[in-house]
Amino acid sequence: MDMEKNDSLPRLSRRDVIKWFAAAAAASQVAPFLSLAQNAPPAAQGYGTDPKVAGVFKAGDFWPLTLTSAQRKTVTSLADVILPADSLGPAASAVRVPDYIDEWVSAPYPKQKKDRGTILGGLKWIDQESNKRFKKGFANISAKQQTAICDDLCIQNHKDSDLKKAASFFRSFTGLCMGAYYSTQEGWKAIGYIGNVPTATFDGPSQEVLDKLGVTQTVS
Amino acid sequence: MPTIPISKAKAKYDVAIVGSGAGGGQMAYTLTLAGLKCVMLEAGRSYDPATETPMFNRPDQAPLGGTSTPDKPMGFWDSTIDGGWEVPGEPYTQDSKNEQQFTWWRARMMGGRTNHWGRISLRNGPYDFKPYSRDGLGFDWPISYEEVEPYYNKVEMLIGVFGTNTGLENTPNSPPGVLLPPPKGRASDLLTQKAGRKLGVPVSPIHRAVLTRPLDADNIPAKLHPNNPWAQKIVGDSMRRRAACFWATPCGRGCSIGANYQSTTVHLPPALATGNLDIIADAHVREVTTDKNGKANGVLFIDKTTGKEERVNASAVVLAASSGESVRILLNSKSARHPDGIANFSGKVGRYIMDTVGSSLSGQIPAMENLPPQNDDGAGGSHFYSPWWLYKEQLAGKLDFARGYHIEIGGGRKMPGGNSPVPSDYTRGLYGSKLKEEARRYYGSFVGLACRGEMIPNENSFAELDPSVKDKWGVPVLRWHWKWTDHELNMAMHAERTFAEIIETMGGKVRGTPAKTGLDIIRAGGNVKHEVGGARMGESRKDSVCNKWSQTWDVDNLFLCDAAPFASNADKNPTLSIMALSWRCADHIIERAKQGNI
Repeated sequence: MDMEKNDSLPRLSRRDVIKWFAAAAAASQVAPFLSLAQNAPPAAQGYGTDPKVAGVFKAGDFWPLTLTSAQRKTVTSLADVILPADSLGPAASAVRVPDYIDEWVSAPYPKQKKDRGTILGGLKWIDQESNKRFKKGFANISAKQQTAICDDLCIQNHKDSDLKKAASFFRSFTGLCMGAYYSTQEGWKAIGYIGNVPTATFDGPSQEVLDKLGVTQTVS
Repeated sequence: MPTIPISKAKAKYDVAIVGSGAGGGQMAYTLTLAGLKCVMLEAGRSYDPATETPMFNRPDQAPLGGTSTPDKPMGFWDSTIDGGWEVPGEPYTQDSKNEQQFTWWRARMMGGRTNHWGRISLRNGPYDFKPYSRDGLGFDWPISYEEVEPYYNKVEMLIGVFGTNTGLENTPNSPPGVLLPPPKGRASDLLTQKAGRKLGVPVSPIHRAVLTRPLDADNIPAKLHPNNPWAQKIVGDSMRRRAACFWATPCGRGCSIGANYQSTTVHLPPALATGNLDIIADAHVREVTTDKNGKANGVLFIDKTTGKEERVNASAVVLAASSGESVRILLNSKSARHPDGIANFSGKVGRYIMDTVGSSLSGQIPAMENLPPQNDDGAGGSHFYSPWWLYKEQLAGKLDFARGYHIEIGGGRKMPGGNSPVPSDYTRGLYGSKLKEEARRYYGSFVGLACRGEMIPNENSFAELDPSVKDKWGVPVLRWHWKWTDHELNMAMHAERTFAEIIETMGGKVRGTPAKTGLDIIRAGGNVKHEVGGARMGESRKDSVCNKWSQTWDVDNLFLCDAAPFASNADKNPTLSIMALSWRCADHIIERAKQGNI
């Protein structure tokens, strides 16, 4: 999966390299969050109104991925703190959550373009905060140090406006990570989804579930 | 689905059918099996559910987890092609003075919206055909339930509908053996049913066009087409190609095994097998043409593959393009004899458009937290519902709205992914293993209740041609006008209160803040995608567009077989009635053809 050779280059899908460079050159800057300059999303095309839906796709198939390698490192560390490997299942990065985040913030649709500002701004903030406190980027600090920063972002109702924005980023980022993680077979297992399999009969809830809920099956 | 280019079209057909969805599909099916030569014009491309349906595809295999985008508003896997709330190059406009707007869902594909619909198949009841007689509002239909009943029976046998006969008021039973067995209730269904029992709200299996077992291909065709062994064989063969549901993959994606109804797997294959049907795709119909006597003699369309205007000739024309599109075609079919559009001497074309009243409320049910994993996929959509239950209270004047709604029950352990499976307010402030545990705890513990109610036709909800805007093909487009009345807004509030009671009776907590007025919660006009009316049927040519056969008063070889002729829009989802009325109209056309009268 990892095609990165140089830390300063975004991760690109082969197909659209040339198109992207042309588009990126022409694209304007988006309004930055926390007054920090952000790279704008490329003027890529969406998948259109008649994509081949009966297919299997991966991040980068429809539009180029645009996170820099440094941003992806932060995304990976943060996603793994939010959804770590444990008895319920693997860590976020093991099921390609960072690819999903990259695809999301690189997408040419209005909702995703809006999220891009929040996410890139938040990634920048969290690295700056980590450097300020621990003299290293978020990806390179200890688990305990990462927890210290994340705990601060979980506090509700920050008065400081930068912290407030950072906490809002953390909620959005957590939502994206959960959407991605629970899209996968490993995520399904972690949350307890056992469908999407053909069966000869539909049996409804088990007796155990019916008893627990105090209901009886009314369809014979 | 096989199509022909216009260059291969016959010089003249018996009937030209505009639209390939529920109405057009049923019309083509019935006419071709009776031996009439038909041409069907579809505005979108051809489509093959057998190869194009994303069965079993997971969210991590789709862009953005399959979530909604402007290109695919109902998500990546929704079967809708080249459509949605906007169709590129084919705009519609709004009355700028009105705050309430109309949203119009269109598809540009073979089979139209039947490919993605919810498959909910409810019969109108006796009251629903005579609403004016009952409460003095809206219009009566010029037909009764008894006149339509045989066609409901036939359509249900043909397409396959599961459900239960409840015997509830104005909720007709199907004859014994017609309905397929309903699927078992999910946990959310059974809990809602139990709460409903305490509150006097009946909850029972819904009726949906999904095969819970294979159709009886050995016996049904003879019931549908007595004395026509040729038709019986074709229909039997077609039925045998449909498999029963294997209890996975949401119906909105379409179904590659034909386990649910879509025109492309149920109506069009047997119609094509007769050899009497030619289908032309990418045909954007502009107008119905007339001869010197004012009779319809064909259809003008733009071949989207070349941009050229083309025509087909036919002895009769059926519009089944969807209510809005049929109105647009009628109003654009202007001639010296029909200066305001064809079949519009009454001035009622475009009037009395209705949608379904839609609102919803969801709740979190602590009893459903941390349940052992269950496979809730089931029949790819809803299993249970509540038919409207307060007819007597309404008649006694105890409610502040005149018509009913049914409740659609959702919830349970749906396929997670794309969006977070648990709303963020349940995981706020959490990360790490605690977050994963809480996600597992809350997943599947939500129940959603949706109101689907009857709108009464009003003078402020209509469509007309925009005086200046044209689509990319140069065809004038529709301008919509929309206004809910207190009947609909009060209904939404009643539903909100009822849903809160049900959720609380289940021991649950209502999500969201309570609505202050119906306008806070009612979905925009058109948003339920049930727009009907615009060319209503009636008793008189003075105030209606067509007669009880869906035949226009002014042009006796022009028929309307989508929901445009609907005189009212009962809470029952319109598709089953569209098919029943289309079959009935087709029988009328066949009778006329036998007399040499089309």
